Amino acid sequence: MSTIVYQKPEGLTDVRMHYCPGCGHGIVHRLIAECISELGETENTIICAPVGCAVFIPKYFTYDSIQCAHGRAPATATGIKRVHPDKIVLTYQGDGDLASIGTAEIIHAAARGEKFTTIFINNGIYGMTGGQMAPTTLPGMRSTTSQEGRDPHINGNPIRVCEMLATLTGPAYIERVAVDSPAHVIQTKKAIKKALTMQQEGKGFTFVEVVSSCPTNWGLSATKAMEFVKEKMIPYYPLGVFKDMEKEGE
Amino acid sequence: MAKVIMKGNEAIAKAAILAGCRYFMGYPITPQNEVPEYFSRELPLVGGTFVQAESEVAAINMVYGAGAAGARAMTSSSSPGIALKQEGIGYCVKGEIPCVVVSMMRGGPGLGTIQPSQSDYLQATRGGSNGDYHIPVLAPGSVQEAVDFVKESFEIAECYRTPVMVLCDGLIGQMMEPVELDHEPTKREKVDLSTWALGHSPKGKTNTIINLDIDAPNCERENFRFFEEKYPAIEKNEVRWEEFMMEDAEYAFVSYGTTARIIKNAVKALRAEGMKIGLVRPQTLWPFPQKPFENKKIKKWIVGEMNMGQMVPDVQLACGKKEDVLFYGRTGGMIPTPEEYIDFAKKELGGAK
Repeated sequence: MSTIVYQKPEGLTDVRMHYCPGCGHGIVHRLIAECISELGETENTIICAPVGCAVFIPKYFTYDSIQCAHGRAPATATGIKRVHPDKIVLTYQGDGDLASIGTAEIIHAAARGEKFTTIFINNGIYGMTGGQMAPTTLPGMRSTTSQEGRDPHINGNPIRVCEMLATLTGPAYIERVAVDSPAHVIQTKKAIKKALTMQQEGKGFTFVEVVSSCPTNWGLSATKAMEFVKEKMIPYYPLGVFKDMEKEGE
Repeated sequence: MAKVIMKGNEAIAKAAILAGCRYFMGYPITPQNEVPEYFSRELPLVGGTFVQAESEVAAINMVYGAGAAGARAMTSSSSPGIALKQEGIGYCVKGEIPCVVVSMMRGGPGLGTIQPSQSDYLQATRGGSNGDYHIPVLAPGSVQEAVDFVKESFEIAECYRTPVMVLCDGLIGQMMEPVELDHEPTKREKVDLSTWALGHSPKGKTNTIINLDIDAPNCERENFRFFEEKYPAIEKNEVRWEEFMMEDAEYAFVSYGTTARIIKNAVKALRAEGMKIGLVRPQTLWPFPQKPFENKKIKKWIVGEMNMGQMVPDVQLACGKKEDVLFYGRTGGMIPTPEEYIDFAKKELGGAK
């Protein structure tokens, strides 16, 4: 007798993902599907795709889905969740989408305590457009619009989104995780599961930032990119829980 | 039901609620503030939801979400705010999201002024968003018509799965008039929510609202579908206009909204002096009525608007004689008087009887 110990979770389609080798999107997509499946919400979920590499999310998930305008997913999700308070609603956004053009939308959705979950992929660069400087590009990091490396005196400083949102009363849960190692992937799953569980319970706005990689636009191999996450990204974007309404209540 | 006296903005909000609108997202801007204020007070009483958005951009994108989720949703704004909503309107077009956008025009460009204007005719009818598209634009000429057109707009939006704009000059919003609130809109076929709306897909099926067609042939195919099926159907079924004293007319004004109402007084005065003049009042600006301009008895058309002549090219195209179209308008928040149109007609038409 053989037993299945590992398989594609329900919620993912059979469409082959277009993501580059070493990119974190595939990992996070899978974790989302696993969590939603385990919570029994596969038939009850609506996902909002961003503009960026994850714009093709509707092809990869079996959930009802919508492609949002650049940065506006939190506004669109607000409309959806207000109509369907009993559905699980997620936005999935990159750093250019969420922390640059969509800064107003994410801050105000969080401040209003909108009862959906945002998964924020921070890889410090614009992926789909070909490697331009993002609001989260590290000081000194090269991009196609900061070719000598980001100079804070010229290009400004990166934004730490979790820390910023944690100042607000509205959010129920904020955690930053990473997908550079198996241990961190497991923690990422826990964070996503926790956020979605709190959404299921109607607790409020939940936010999980995933520090991730972009080997193609970083100009690194898949392995080196994961090392870069560990050695450069995580020290600047420390992992941990920044807000937990359940703990505050204790 | 007896008529009630209501301010235009509040009547518009009330009409939307009566039409079943349960989601309103908006942002403060003069001269439409009574619209969100009314919704914020009244929507919760009927189980609806009002969200004061952080910006007009967010408001239209919330409507994009609520409309995509199958609800009757609406936003309203005024000129600079409508400029900000253009991105979202384009997404609603491409995603085929039914929704209603009320545009309460004020003087421009830029921050302009808060006084009434019609200077967003081109923004509304030519599309301030990117890409090839049209949206139905209804232009009420009174508070009553604003009430009726808001109700019609939800029907049109759901029938064709499109955003619909109700384009008013600020006077319509600010004026108080007696209105009948229980006019029923024409019921139209509605696309079954289970076939497209988020959260309405049958078990085992998926509804997706796609905005990106990375495959160019498919993107073009979709655009063709809009122009070959959706837009011709709207042009055929939804075009509206009023003809005023046109039976024996040899000259005609062309005007919409409050300006048309002002011009009616000019028409009556000129008629009293023996001039055979009338008024064509487009009630839909897209689709633009073509039929009234097939009237070959008309020697000159005088376009009257509170802008610098934005409707003139539409009238020229419709009547086919560029040289026969004259224009008089005020702009930047100035409202023309009937006397100005009387004088203009007399001067330009050479005292014609």
